[in-house]
Amino acid sequence: MNKLFSRRTWCIVAGLVLLAALLPACNLAFPPGHTLHVPDYLIGLTGKFMCYALAALALDLVWGYTGILSLGHGLFFALGGYAHGMYLMRAIGHDGVYQSALPDFMVFLDWKEFPWYWAMTDSFWYCLALVVLVPGALAFVFGYFAFRSRIKGVYFSIITQALTYACMLLFFRNDTGFGGNNGFTDFKRILGYSITAPGTKAVLYLATLACLVGALLLCRWIVTSRLGRVLQAVRDSEARLMFIGYNPLWFKLFVWTLSAVLCAVAGALYVPQVGIINPSEMSPANSIEMVVWVAVGGRGTLLGAILGAFTVNGLKSWFTAAFPDLWLFALGLLFILVTLLMQKGMLGLRLPRRAQRAPAPKQELEEVA
Amino acid sequence: MMYSAVRRLLAGMAFCLLAGAAQAAIAPALLQPLAGDDPDARVAAVAAIGALGTPEAAAVLRALKDESLYLTPDGQVVGVAPAAAPEGAAAIVVNNRLRAAVEAALSGMDLLAPEPAQRLAAARALVGQELSAGQLELAQRALKTEQNAEVRPALQLLLALASLQSPQAGERAAAARQVGELGGSAQRPALQAMLEQVTSAPDEAVRLAVTDALKAIDARQARTELVGNLFYGVSLASVLLLAALGLAITFGLMGIINMAHGELLMIGAYTTYLVQSLFRHYLPQAVDLYLLAALPAAFAGAALVGMALERSVIRWLYGRPLETLLATWGISLVLMQTVRTLFGAQNVEVANPAWMSGGVTVLGSLVLPYNRIAIIVFAVLVTAGVWLLLNGTRLGLFVRAVMQNRRMAGCVGVPTGRIDMLTFGLGSGIAGLGGVALSQLGNVGPDLGQSYIIDSFMVVVLGGVGQLAGTVIAALGLGEVNKLLEPVTGAVLAKIAILAFIIIFIQRRPQGLFAVKGRSVE
Repeated sequence: MNKLFSRRTWCIVAGLVLLAALLPACNLAFPPGHTLHVPDYLIGLTGKFMCYALAALALDLVWGYTGILSLGHGLFFALGGYAHGMYLMRAIGHDGVYQSALPDFMVFLDWKEFPWYWAMTDSFWYCLALVVLVPGALAFVFGYFAFRSRIKGVYFSIITQALTYACMLLFFRNDTGFGGNNGFTDFKRILGYSITAPGTKAVLYLATLACLVGALLLCRWIVTSRLGRVLQAVRDSEARLMFIGYNPLWFKLFVWTLSAVLCAVAGALYVPQVGIINPSEMSPANSIEMVVWVAVGGRGTLLGAILGAFTVNGLKSWFTAAFPDLWLFALGLLFILVTLLMQKGMLGLRLPRRAQRAPAPKQELEEVA
Repeated sequence: MMYSAVRRLLAGMAFCLLAGAAQAAIAPALLQPLAGDDPDARVAAVAAIGALGTPEAAAVLRALKDESLYLTPDGQVVGVAPAAAPEGAAAIVVNNRLRAAVEAALSGMDLLAPEPAQRLAAARALVGQELSAGQLELAQRALKTEQNAEVRPALQLLLALASLQSPQAGERAAAARQVGELGGSAQRPALQAMLEQVTSAPDEAVRLAVTDALKAIDARQARTELVGNLFYGVSLASVLLLAALGLAITFGLMGIINMAHGELLMIGAYTTYLVQSLFRHYLPQAVDLYLLAALPAAFAGAALVGMALERSVIRWLYGRPLETLLATWGISLVLMQTVRTLFGAQNVEVANPAWMSGGVTVLGSLVLPYNRIAIIVFAVLVTAGVWLLLNGTRLGLFVRAVMQNRRMAGCVGVPTGRIDMLTFGLGSGIAGLGGVALSQLGNVGPDLGQSYIIDSFMVVVLGGVGQLAGTVIAALGLGEVNKLLEPVTGAVLAKIAILAFIIIFIQRRPQGLFAVKGRSVE
């Protein structure tokens, strides 16, 4: 366990986790107006950012360590959200606008019963299984065919983008059965507890924190293991790895599927905290924005992905409130500056020399005759 | 005012002359009942006058309709202009029933009008109406003398429809066959109704004829739809091609993942808007020509932006395609927001010039809009131009040399850096031209580029990088498949199906339709 991080990093991580865990405690323990009271919106915001950080972590695993740039992780995020959202919609019960057992959007479409894929979604645990299984299965099948055909580099990026775009169009249809462009919203309760109660929010927040820390340790364990070495070899020179005798297919497939599942978990935690999920989460722009979180923090560092997610989203919250017109300029310039000047991201600026010697991801020049 | 007064005066004078002639040509026995009290006799008289089909008869009926036909005190019916009504004469009053009869008679007489367009309009207007005996007789007379290739089938259809109810079975069958030959979907209900009547009183020949006719109509309808879908497929293909052609150069030849390509299209479209505004302001008399001026302007605008991007950002990222992708995405965000700041977030209005609005009608009912035809022609021209430029000029030679073997090209003295800039500029400029075309078909807004970027990449990747012909064929294929699927599955599912198809296709053939043969391991 001690080998995962240096002593100093352990201290920093532990300190940050403790600080994060204290936030909801301060929110509940002190009344509003007290100096130590943490406002509700800060809990919601931090919880949301932690979900983003988990998604960024998943992306860093495939991009930073394996060299597979996915422009479709927003799809897995949204699928996880939808899977959990199905349970939350069922949990509304008869308290919807139309007082029906069916969700409002189905009543609106004049549907009389649930479609087959909504079967058993009133069970929380079944939906949790869906959160893992559906994006996992999709990623596995898609990845199997893509990696077997040795699609890599930008081609892989472009077809992942096409995949999420196609799914977005699919989910925008009302007839698909997921609420069309309004998606799922208006949740009332989760496991019998009111979803707006401060206690429920604190539990969701802590669950997110636990998932984030668990995922960080898991990813760190993977990349420091022998498996992680092979992954980095895939990134640095896949052809050489094949000549040595490895078949990269299963290594890539494993890490790709795991990353998709982590991203789906992030989405599943995101939905009850934000209270809405709709197909715009699948838009190609969202997936690319995830990539910039990783790039800003420093790819191939895991901690950098988390840092990047917090930094970029913090900036976004501030900009969209203070200068709404300037946010896209700032985001665009961030993309350009990070790729041109700060290839190792924020952590690249501050890390000690030992870590900087770690091989930087490097793309081979593709021969296009 | 002056003009209309003069016209009325002239019409009145002409009518006086005609009225004299009419009385000469039309027997008073025919005119007299018009002034009578018996409504049935009046209607019969109108029908009888209409059946004459002469210009004089038409003049009398028009006068009756305008209530300028008079009954003189001595019992004579005369038609004159109101101003010149004879002393003591009373206008003949027209009630609704009589007016309908007059109009029916007049529309029948239009079948004999001197202008083919008027005859055609009259024939088409009568299709689907119940024909009176007078109208029928006029139509038969008109068919005998009709020579016009457009009017003749319309008249034939009219008569065939009329004899569908004929008491003789042979006539009914022949009429049904003719309706099947000439009619469209509008005639389907009439035939269908007949089929139901006939089955109750079976007549095998008529039933067969009607079924055949229905089949013929359906087949023709399906053919028209197919041709329509094919045309719209080609049209969509031309749009895709124009959107993707620039990318075929920057991505296909140079290997640069330019996610800002869509925004270069947008710049082309906004340049068109600017040129249009300039023309409206300074050259309102030549506003229809703004499109011709927009072409070079859009090419230059997009090419300059593209070259600036290449020099300032992209050239530092050669050999790092994933970073290029991210940086150009950032550029696209900045360009989009810039346009939003300058022109507002709303769509701007770009109008088709007059010579591009409207369309040509083929196969009876299919309208092919001129703007789509113009864009198909434009896409062909631009593709030919790019092909010539790459394969027939010194610049094209240099471009191909640098892309095939940069070091070798540099060694023999090709300025590779400048060629990079010019090639990227060329690709961007072509995107600008594509933007002009897009502005003529859809909305021009800051998000214009976003909706085309994925499609463009799909076209280039499907066609195989580095292949102009592959891009053309991929665009045609995608356009056609999309439009042929749409009636079956609906637009959204067709698009999803196509994306899924491309994703699967690329798994099978990662190098695209037309692979460049090479020995590289990658």
